[in-house]
Amino acid sequence: MEAYVSLFIKAVFVENLALAFFLGMCTFLAVSKKISTAIGLGVAVMVVQTITVPANNIIYHTLLKEDALAWLGITGVDLSFLSLLSCIGVIAALVQILEMILDKFFPTLYHALGVFLPLITVNCAILGGSLFMIERDYNFNESVVYGIGSGFGWALAITVMAGVREKLKYSDIPGGLQGLGITFISAGLMSLGFMAFSGIQL
Amino acid sequence: MSAVLNEETKNVLVSPLIDNNPITLQVLGICSALAVTSQMSTSLIMAIALTSVTACSSATISMIRNHIPSSIRIIVQMTIIASLVIIVDQILKAFAYEISKQLSVFVGLIITNCIVMGRAEAFAMKNPPLESFIDGVGNGLGYSLILIIVAFFRELFGSGKLLGIDIFPLAKDGGWYEPNGLMLLPPSAFFIIGIIIWVFRQWKSEQVEQPDFKILEIAHGEGGAH
Repeated sequence: MEAYVSLFIKAVFVENLALAFFLGMCTFLAVSKKISTAIGLGVAVMVVQTITVPANNIIYHTLLKEDALAWLGITGVDLSFLSLLSCIGVIAALVQILEMILDKFFPTLYHALGVFLPLITVNCAILGGSLFMIERDYNFNESVVYGIGSGFGWALAITVMAGVREKLKYSDIPGGLQGLGITFISAGLMSLGFMAFSGIQL
Repeated sequence: MSAVLNEETKNVLVSPLIDNNPITLQVLGICSALAVTSQMSTSLIMAIALTSVTACSSATISMIRNHIPSSIRIIVQMTIIASLVIIVDQILKAFAYEISKQLSVFVGLIITNCIVMGRAEAFAMKNPPLESFIDGVGNGLGYSLILIIVAFFRELFGSGKLLGIDIFPLAKDGGWYEPNGLMLLPPSAFFIIGIIIWVFRQWKSEQVEQPDFKILEIAHGEGGAH
């Protein structure tokens, strides 16, 4: 149990996907102008991340890993080079399915998330999460915890960033730094803040 | 070759370098751009990998653009891009294993790099293969330019080296340079890109964004209230 808690804390703070690995930066910078939309996107990423990382974990361990096809009686086959293709396929398909389910059963949530759901397919944070899971060889339980943690960390980062940017509009910024420039610098400062968590041993 | 590179094609190739840079102006492809820049060697490899993937995927997608039904075009584009990235990944693992270990997941993340998708969607779907190829190369080079500038500063000031060769002799080896550890950490990449954007926009002032809110200027010398 303790190992899972520490993995969660690590995924949220120490190895924050947005601020330590720069994943999902494009959406992070584009959609962080207002707190309400940022929270919407953050929740969507968290949900998708929680489903896709374990799903990819199952596929990787039962089909793609070296000798994973042993349960079919086939040995000596290593399909792990296909993991990129399968990961992105699973993500695209799951986002599509999630969109249909939400539309049918939870229309209010569907409308709240709106255009962000399809955008998530091309969010590097989602694919990055799955690839890190494969690289670090997490088992199924760890992958569930890692999925929730990394999604939550990303949601936290974009919400905080939106808060900072809402305040930024009151400040007098030099012309060339207006918009994207100052956003980068404040993201850098936030990333410095998150670095305070590194080195935490649980 | 000069017949191929007429004025318009040249423009397609050169404009993404500064005037329409994918990172500083189109805000594309930042995701994987920052994480690999703590060393020159990794960023060079990444730049080459991304440029070739963008160019090849744009050309391929443009070749079959009239046969892709628009409802499933994203999936088709994704499949083409993912296949190209798998090739690049396998080549790196075969010939540059050390660097491919350092790049870890970031080679795979070229798939979701918005530059590749963005150019496929915005340019390759509407233009013939050769121009799309050149557009891909141009955008890849624009990305590479920023990546190499950032890596230059981070590696030089962070460890006193360029491509692993000592430039500033380090204090701990008897030289004079005390390395700035912050440069090797993630936040410095944000700062350097922010400053690059600032410099670019001071130079090309038409790229400056209009502020969403104006601070009210109080006219001086009126009414004598002061």
